[in-house]
Amino acid sequence: MSGLDPAFLIVGALAIVTAVGMILAKNVVHSALFMVAHFGLTAVLYLLLSAPFLAAAQLIVYAGAIMVLVLFVVMLLGRQEALLDEPIVGQRWLALAALGVLGAALVRVAALGVPAAPEGGTAVVPPAFGSPAAMGDALYTQWVLPFEVVSLVLLVAMIGAVVIAHFQRRPRNEKAGNPAIAADATEIPSPRA
Amino acid sequence: MIPLAAVLPPAQPLMLAALLFTIGAAGVLLRRNIIIVLMSVELMLNAVNITLVAVSRAMLQLDGQVFVFFSLTIAAAEVAVGLALVVALHRSLGSSDVDDVSSLRG
Repeated sequence: MSGLDPAFLIVGALAIVTAVGMILAKNVVHSALFMVAHFGLTAVLYLLLSAPFLAAAQLIVYAGAIMVLVLFVVMLLGRQEALLDEPIVGQRWLALAALGVLGAALVRVAALGVPAAPEGGTAVVPPAFGSPAAMGDALYTQWVLPFEVVSLVLLVAMIGAVVIAHFQRRPRNEKAGNPAIAADATEIPSPRA
Repeated sequence: MIPLAAVLPPAQPLMLAALLFTIGAAGVLLRRNIIIVLMSVELMLNAVNITLVAVSRAMLQLDGQVFVFFSLTIAAAEVAVGLALVVALHRSLGSSDVDDVSSLRG
């Protein structure tokens, strides 16, 4: 456990602070901004862990595309209330206890670390490790089939998002034809009765 | 290329990722706004990505980073569909409280 890297300590501490800020912020926009900061710090972490290509991808995809999408939806839905009451009594204490167990177990296992590089010796990371050239080489030779499949997944998700969120302009009289929201809903036999 | 990375033992990124995963789980369990729950799920995904990158570096094998690349694209797809669901739910229920989405419970 020697050799605590100061850069890693600072970035890691900031990442934890922004993550906690994200789940504690009352305003959803503040949450989203904490999340953008957190994803940026994760990109720096990837740089420290010799993954420069993933750092760039993280900034573009997560901090760029995904969080802009989240902010768009937050603004589309308008003002959100904070929802601080507790509908299920005792839920928070149960959740905190379970989280304590989960966190302790995860950190305990993570503290074991992983064995060093199987080739033995002190692991010296080659300079091209994780570079765009190395990643491209791996993606387009060894992993070319998953690469194509994942593009199909993205296409399906795009179509699905459009279909789900599409605004249907229903005619006004359709409401009467729908028994679930009809005015005389009391005549419909309830499944619990 | 980055000399700092050569001295970093693998256990510390793993512990950081474990902590971030727990924070994400706390967001899922404690918050009720559906957008914050979705972002907490993203936080948990991100923590697992950090684990994969750290192990990939410790083992000097690029496969972990390739896996993170795929996980990134799947996360993008998940967020797109998830946010579409949030918009659709908000339209039909008029709220973004996860406790209101209990109509599937029967």
